[in-house]
Amino acid sequence: MSKITQIEGKAVPVEGNDIDTDRIIPARYLKEITFTNMGKYPFYDERFDAEGRPKGHPFDLPQFAGAHILFVNQNFGCGSSREHAPQALMRFGIRAIVGESFAEIFAGNCTMLGIPTATVSHAEMEKLQALVKAKPETKFTLDLEKKTLLSEGKEHLRFDIHESKRNALVNGTWDSTGILLANAGKTAEVAQKLPYVNGF
Amino acid sequence: MSKGTLYNKVWDAHVVDKLPTGQYQIFIGLHLIHEVTSPQAFDMVAEKGLKVAYPGRTFATVDHIVPTKSQARPFADTEAEQMMGAIERNVRNFGIPFFDFNSGNQGIVHIIGPEMGLTQPGMTIACGDSHTSTHGAFGTLAFGIGTTQVRDVLATQCLGLDALKVRRVNVNGELKPGVTAKDVTLYIIQKLGVKGGIGYAYEYGGSVFDNFTMEERMTVCNMAIEGGARAGYVNPDQTTFDYLKGRKYAPGTSPEAMAKVDEAKWQKAVAYWKSVASGHDAQYDDVVNFNGEDIEPIVTWGITPDQSVGVNDKLPEVGKFSADEVKTVELAYKHMDLKPGSPIKGTPIDVAFIGSCTNGRLSDLREAAKVAKGRKVAKTVRAFVVPGSQQVKAAAEKEGLDKVFTEAGFEWRGAGCSMCLAMNPDKLKGREISASSSNRNFIGRQGSKDGRTILMSPAMVAAAAVEGCVTDVRELMQHH
Repeated sequence: MSKITQIEGKAVPVEGNDIDTDRIIPARYLKEITFTNMGKYPFYDERFDAEGRPKGHPFDLPQFAGAHILFVNQNFGCGSSREHAPQALMRFGIRAIVGESFAEIFAGNCTMLGIPTATVSHAEMEKLQALVKAKPETKFTLDLEKKTLLSEGKEHLRFDIHESKRNALVNGTWDSTGILLANAGKTAEVAQKLPYVNGF
Repeated sequence: MSKGTLYNKVWDAHVVDKLPTGQYQIFIGLHLIHEVTSPQAFDMVAEKGLKVAYPGRTFATVDHIVPTKSQARPFADTEAEQMMGAIERNVRNFGIPFFDFNSGNQGIVHIIGPEMGLTQPGMTIACGDSHTSTHGAFGTLAFGIGTTQVRDVLATQCLGLDALKVRRVNVNGELKPGVTAKDVTLYIIQKLGVKGGIGYAYEYGGSVFDNFTMEERMTVCNMAIEGGARAGYVNPDQTTFDYLKGRKYAPGTSPEAMAKVDEAKWQKAVAYWKSVASGHDAQYDDVVNFNGEDIEPIVTWGITPDQSVGVNDKLPEVGKFSADEVKTVELAYKHMDLKPGSPIKGTPIDVAFIGSCTNGRLSDLREAAKVAKGRKVAKTVRAFVVPGSQQVKAAAEKEGLDKVFTEAGFEWRGAGCSMCLAMNPDKLKGREISASSSNRNFIGRQGSKDGRTILMSPAMVAAAAVEGCVTDVRELMQHH
């Protein structure tokens, strides 16, 4: 599994608090039994009209094409636990998300896919979103080891990220099955001690 | 840091190891799965050449995509049929117990866990569904997970988790007549906000919770996640034990005759369950206090569950919100086509939906039926009742609730998630506005990207159905 220490690229802003996972991916696309096509669907109903014509969502604006870093506000990814939401963002091309705050299940799902969820203050995010709107060609670097966000190679600001999530990403242990499985013996010991597992 | 709470005790009993990342490896006592978030997880397990580590600790049902009108196979929707085929294949191949249509026990995953007695105090419970917090009503640590985490639970019966803080949420005093558990949970979310619970487990307590039935406690814990708290719970007490005794998977229940309970085994279980409750000297990271008397029947007016008012209140002015909330508030008013300063009462509705994991249990249907009885659904409203499980449906029919509803002009359906998330044929159309007993008023949630949702209690939905608009149910209770 790869170590994720730096993510570079252009950024795209999606503004607003409490953007829920139903908005990130409408439930009708969850009927597919694989994640393969999810990259076609992020923010679908906000991006396209009834005839499938783009409505001018940032994900479809040419100046943000190819962006790898998503700038969002508070409580991004609230609501449903559907992993289809980060899957859709990842398969669209998003490699990192910087926001004011994240819903916990969503942030956990992102980590499992190797997507960092970095947090900055409200004032800092307002500046970042204004910067990327004014200069969409700006190249950002999210440095997980230094916890800094650089713009055009210069340190721009420091961000926060849950330490266990950062460790998992930089050490390449974000795909957790292996480390959990390595403790199978200890798992059996814990199960053995739980009264309900053994029928009281 | 919290100490001596149920959260701490249950967490400590399930810690397998501290991982190099700083997370903890936690044993999951009960894993529930459904058709939507599990197929990719089974594929991942198979691709890695792994097995299901503890197949007896995972239980499956189908709820999200099932049609509620006719459940005959094959489903008309080919994608839904394919999804059904996938879970049927997976439970067979991996040896997992499955509550399907023929079992008599199919239903919404958070309704059947408790009613089968699978959900028991002191457990850790995970499910690929955010409303897993419902099971916290029994004094469990229960939370929603994503599909890759479902894979981890299948393959290892464990999850890597970060510790949570614990906020004690007290509601003391008494509720006024016509005020329900749904109003309590909407009130808590209104006061603490949809982001207030991030990083916390909510421990609900106080006399209002002491007096609640298990079904009422489930309604509140169900919506902990809407307040940002991944888990919410109530300490187990005699109400919890009385509810569980004799249920199919409860300790001591005889497989032959459910009424015959092995008392010695049952008493051992009760003693253990009492031992996991928060102690009197428990320490919390935060404590908040509310008065039951302050709570009115609540309805939402916006696009997040904290955008709500008492049914007799006027909608808030945009200027009352903090600057960083204004964008969301303006979007909410635009989407809902409602005006600040105007009353919510009297807002016409097109659809009335009673059901969901929040309010699809027998007591919810009883409360709604009391309002519907002897009345007629307004001509402008399409109204339907979706029992949360096959067992709820059978019990309601035994009491004649189906007749009360159909005589009033409600449709009576089969068990499923229905229009709570509209992954099935039950959907809003165009700009329709629903009075809904479900849990989310998000844009597009009920199947139309322009559709609108007003959340309220099941009795309030019944009142809105017969009046054709948002109504204070207490006015109907007086004139009955």
